[in-house]
Amino acid sequence: MTLAQQLINLFAALLLLISFAMLSQRRVLTLINLFAWQGLILAISAAVVAWTSHQHHLYYSAGLTLLLKVLVLPWLLHRLIRKLQIKWDVETLFNIPTTMLIGIVMVVFAFNLALPISALSATVTKSTLGIALACVLLSFMMMITRRKAVPQVIGFLAMENGLFFAATSATYGMPMVVELGIALDVLVGTFIFGIFFFHIRETFDSLDIKHMEKLKED
Amino acid sequence: MEILWLLGIPLAGGLLLALFGGKRYAAELNSLTSFATFAASAVLTLKIISGGPMTAFNEQFFIDPFNVFLVALTAFVGFTTSLFSRPYMRIEEHHGKLSHNMLRLYHSMYQLFSFTMLLALTTNNMGILWVAMEAATLTTVLLVSLYRTPASLEAAWKYFILCGVGIAQALFGTILLYFAAEKVLGAGGTALLWTHLNAVKTDLEPTVLSLAFVFLLVGYGTKVGLAPLHNWLPDAHAEGPTPISAVLSGLLLNVALYAVVRSKVLVDGALETHFAGNLMMGFGLLSVVMAAFFLSRQKDIKRLFAYSSIEHMGLMTFAFGMGGAVATFAALLHMTVHCLTKSAIFYAVGHAAQNSGTQIMDSIRGLIKTSPTIGWGLILGTLAILGMPPFGVFASEFLIITTAMHEHSWATPFLLVALGVAFAAIFGKVQPMVFGETESLRLPHPPALLPVFVHLGLVLLLGLYIPPYLADWYRQAAALLG
Repeated sequence: MTLAQQLINLFAALLLLISFAMLSQRRVLTLINLFAWQGLILAISAAVVAWTSHQHHLYYSAGLTLLLKVLVLPWLLHRLIRKLQIKWDVETLFNIPTTMLIGIVMVVFAFNLALPISALSATVTKSTLGIALACVLLSFMMMITRRKAVPQVIGFLAMENGLFFAATSATYGMPMVVELGIALDVLVGTFIFGIFFFHIRETFDSLDIKHMEKLKED
Repeated sequence: MEILWLLGIPLAGGLLLALFGGKRYAAELNSLTSFATFAASAVLTLKIISGGPMTAFNEQFFIDPFNVFLVALTAFVGFTTSLFSRPYMRIEEHHGKLSHNMLRLYHSMYQLFSFTMLLALTTNNMGILWVAMEAATLTTVLLVSLYRTPASLEAAWKYFILCGVGIAQALFGTILLYFAAEKVLGAGGTALLWTHLNAVKTDLEPTVLSLAFVFLLVGYGTKVGLAPLHNWLPDAHAEGPTPISAVLSGLLLNVALYAVVRSKVLVDGALETHFAGNLMMGFGLLSVVMAAFFLSRQKDIKRLFAYSSIEHMGLMTFAFGMGGAVATFAALLHMTVHCLTKSAIFYAVGHAAQNSGTQIMDSIRGLIKTSPTIGWGLILGTLAILGMPPFGVFASEFLIITTAMHEHSWATPFLLVALGVAFAAIFGKVQPMVFGETESLRLPHPPALLPVFVHLGLVLLLGLYIPPYLADWYRQAAALLG
């Protein structure tokens, strides 16, 4: 196993660890910082893949990731929580150990699902597809377990990180035009989420989504 | 060139209306933009009919009989909805539900939404298709919460999160598709182009593609409103302004189904089994049955017709899943007539709700007395959507059911029972709304009901007589889809 491969495996493991950390993190502020770290690792691993595989367009996507997910989005989120005055919010989470255990089951499931595909992959990073899928599932779980709007959105963005990692690890990244489009969607989406937070706060006086469970079939 | 106009007009219109969307003439400007888009789509359609499929701009765009028919339909309904939206939004403003800035947002997003849907339809790149579908959610989410009521905010949040998560699955599916394609086509820009994929589809790795299709179907299926991923749909339809309900039901669901069908063509080529079709039939049938039984429990008129949309989208998915020339023809016809009928119903429903000041069906009574045109529009539209002859929905449903009897007879009882239950539920609720007693007043602005009758007229025409060139066109599209 070459150095680059080992590095990429290391980063993949770090990504997975951060996903678990996000799953159990109760402070909004720390959650945003974890998200920024995840972005940074993503950008470095994309750059390492670019360097070993000589895929130059991956340098651009690494740069784009660095700009968008390490600088712009965390900055936007920091600004948001400051304006909403929820910077020091601590969420009560139930049953963190159970959540973690289910998370581990999900990782096993993701690895099994990715196994036949990884076997076909010719890229240096093939063993990481399972981890990427696991990150997606863990973020998905985070969205389900959270009762507040901001952590849910961070879960949503983390899911996109996982998908990006899947794209770099299985295929050396999507075509540039698609990546730009996805980045634009994510950015616009975050803005809209931001506007939404203010609307929700104005209407319900809180960002707890328990107020938003009235529309049901009876 | 025509594609440039087709996409450029709504994009420019959206930006322009972001500046002037709150002015008095904004509604007219909105209609004018939509009309220009429709004209561009008509020119494009004529070109495809005479010249056959084409690609443009370095193969980034691809038009064939399948998507050009959806482009024309989308642009047409986009235009008629903008005509309906003019008096509708005036009345809402008159009732004090909307501010100047909200109207600006509404008009701008309306055009940008048209742009994203036309982009999704015309693009050749499966990645851009995903980007456009996500952008379509982003443009409509603030419109669903336009009135800022607690219920509308909740509906918009649900729409955003559920469709966001759903569409993330579709992105994973797209990545897997690219992964399989890259092996055959090599890395770089061309490996996600549908035309290239279609040319090499038999060489694509079957295990990867079947997994990719599962993700794509779940992802785009969330936007189609397939059960059990349909939860966002009734809320978003009921809480947003009615013109948005009309375009969501009539257009967005179609475009999402288009994405599923495009993926299915590739997967069918790679697998040579009926895996994709079977999955679609399962999801489709489940949606039809589930929606039919939820219909009778509805109290809100827009929720009622939202569930009816789920039912019809399920029927189309089922028909596309069956595959074959007749079923695909029927599914395409059903796409057309459902889109026209459902938007017409929403126009009538919108004015009916304004007239009575509520969307609760028990409080809407005697429409035929206060406003005969709204009453007739609603009852005729309801009869049409329930599949009464001689409307076009009857023709397409008849074709779907007869094909199902031949090829998958086990499914026919489910379909027939569901259609029967739906008929009883919807007709039983709409009939007293139209013919009951009432003492509500007339609307402050004259309603726009011309689009209702134009749409219903077209649906009637399609039921009685499909012009040969249109039938040819459907047949060509059906042949492309196999």
